[in-house]
Amino acid sequence: MKLLIKNGHLIDPAQNQNSGMDVLIEGGRVAAWIGRGEQPPADAEVFDASGLVVAPGFIDLHVHLREPGQEHKETIASGCAAAVAGGFTSVCPMPNTNPINDNAAITRYMIEQAERAGLANVFPVGAITKESNGAQLAEMGEMKAAGAVAVSDDGRPVPNAGMMRRAMEYAKDFDLPVVDHCEDKSLSSGGVMHEGRVSLLLGLKGMPALAEDLDAVRDIYLARETGAHIHVAHISTKGSIEIVRRAKAEGIHATCEVAPHHFTLTDAAVEGYDTNTKMAPPLRSEEHVAAILEAIKDGTIDAIATDHAPHHADEKALEYDRAPFGITGLETAVGLAFSELVHKGLIDLVRLVELFSTNPARVFHLRERGTLKVGSHADLTLLDPTLDWVYRNAESRSKSKNSPYDGRSFHGAAVATIVGGKIVYRRGG
Amino acid sequence: MEKPFRRRDLLGIRDLSAAEITGILNTAENFREINQREIKKVPTLRGKTVINLFFENSTRTRTSFELAAKRLSADAVNISVSSSSVTKGETLVDTALNLDAMQPDCIVVRHGSAGVPHQLAKVSRAAIVNAGDGANEHPTQALLDAMTIREHKGTIEGLEVAILGDILHSRVARSNIHLLTKLGARVRVAGPKTLVPRDFEHLVEKDLTVCPHVEDAIRGADVVMILRIQRERQDSAYFPTLREYSIHYGLTNERLDLARKDAIVLHPGPMNRGIEIASEVADSSRSLILDQVKYGVAVRMAVLYLATGGG
Ligand SMILES: [Zn+2]
Repeated sequence: MKLLIKNGHLIDPAQNQNSGMDVLIEGGRVAAWIGRGEQPPADAEVFDASGLVVAPGFIDLHVHLREPGQEHKETIASGCAAAVAGGFTSVCPMPNTNPINDNAAITRYMIEQAERAGLANVFPVGAITKESNGAQLAEMGEMKAAGAVAVSDDGRPVPNAGMMRRAMEYAKDFDLPVVDHCEDKSLSSGGVMHEGRVSLLLGLKGMPALAEDLDAVRDIYLARETGAHIHVAHISTKGSIEIVRRAKAEGIHATCEVAPHHFTLTDAAVEGYDTNTKMAPPLRSEEHVAAILEAIKDGTIDAIATDHAPHHADEKALEYDRAPFGITGLETAVGLAFSELVHKGLIDLVRLVELFSTNPARVFHLRERGTLKVGSHADLTLLDPTLDWVYRNAESRSKSKNSPYDGRSFHGAAVATIVGGKIVYRRGG
Repeated sequence: MEKPFRRRDLLGIRDLSAAEITGILNTAENFREINQREIKKVPTLRGKTVINLFFENSTRTRTSFELAAKRLSADAVNISVSSSSVTKGETLVDTALNLDAMQPDCIVVRHGSAGVPHQLAKVSRAAIVNAGDGANEHPTQALLDAMTIREHKGTIEGLEVAILGDILHSRVARSNIHLLTKLGARVRVAGPKTLVPRDFEHLVEKDLTVCPHVEDAIRGADVVMILRIQRERQDSAYFPTLREYSIHYGLTNERLDLARKDAIVLHPGPMNRGIEIASEVADSSRSLILDQVKYGVAVRMAVLYLATGGG
């Protein structure tokens, strides 16, 4: 079966491609690029991509799919459905499932569930320590063999520097990036939002930016010491951005990702106590958001990752300080990036594709993804940069509806998602 | 009379204007007289239902609201919810919707978490009155404090007010700071650095100063407001011992001598005698703690009256 993506504008930063070009897909791989005027094969099914941008499939380095253990919030199948509806062809679920993904059996299970769903690719992130307890190393080698692409104790950052040092040394043996949720809990514990003027006004306990900065400093120094690859997850403070920027300049193997809510909302959104504004790291103040935007522009930030964190409505219908941290994000990420970054002139389409595809593939060493080079996996995201649409929680494919963007309008969207040569999502179809 | 607050709910002082605050205080003045009558009851709110929904123990505040409702002839129902039954799974929204289904006119809510009254106001058809939410606000306490100050000083504008103690966890301090600065007073706060949030002076636009020592805050003050120390704070290592606290931060006669001669002392109660306030001070004629309690009923009558559609 051949599929020809015709009349689209092909952007593939890995190949310096940024112009009209048709893409031929066969056997789940990219078979050829066909220039305008060249003769396409007559036996191919045609997808007319007129007016659309054709990009290598978007990869989300940071999601929570809740399976195994909390299937009332999300399953791998429902999470993958939300992913492809949001334009993502691959997602990397964090290990904080129940039980924790700290061994090959669970890693394998997650991949199998994804294959059964047949929507997005799932590349699990394994735990750094057993049960993310911060005390004993998890079987990183076994998990890698089973398909894990990185390690993290996301949400429960390794508190002990000596342990983290050993974890980095060990992860380096297997060439696994260490994904770091930077939060010194001795500073942030009990906090429910960013510490600043708004937390003062609302009487909510704050999580100081310093908690992120200090942990980032510690782990960047450990990365320099060990030579490991540290990937700072959901970066949110001016300070930690500066730390990563300097680390990169120094040649330390450091990368980082940002979540869309951290460049589109400030802590002012917490006013009114809507628990869908509660996440970790928290929404920060304007100066931090400004620093993030600058870092997106200047290249310090490698990737946009959603930190999609579904929670059941009943869990979010609690007091602000008792509600769980996290919001859904798979279906709004691309719309937010278009509306707040591209259309506001901060970045161009090439950089957008870099942030969502080229770089995530590079950061987690996902070979033959993040590009549409001939021979690569035929994972594609088709974008309509000018589509006007409104996001509604009620229409979300995710099992949970905890997004603060309910009812928000967007300019620009992912309109079709192709995984392994198969069209798995078409907007309105 | 023009209605002092257009909004239905009383969630905090922060979003009220000076005119609205003065309006509530003036309404309270009108109700004060009822509390002095032989028969302390008027038919103003007959047929109205007020639910006192208390997730946190507070006999004082609850009784004050209950008396206020009854003196206006409203039907008052008290519901105490221990946090343990909440953890059994019913959400806050469930609780609100269930109570709402019983068609109360007003729900007075007290909760250990900041923002709960705001959350309830979004789903409830009844008027919500905040009777204290976490470390956020306690608007009726600030109003009764203001009434006490007005009674003794004639006005609030131009006064120097010192607020001392645990500023970090105090909803009383926050509501008072909003109210006093809106009405033209200058507020100084002081306490152990561990209990004064960083950049606290940014809580309001103007007239709020954080003083390095309690003495600096008290010096020249017209009003000295003492906050209650939660004894359990000791476990969180905000200060070493109650003994040390009382020595360095407690209001003693010597410290009070730094204030103006006619300075008055307020405390939201219940007091830890000998810790945040010396007994000599608490029992002196400058201490207006019982006046505060007395005006509490009048203020709550005014608030219930306005929230249930009076005015
Ligand atoms: Zn995290």
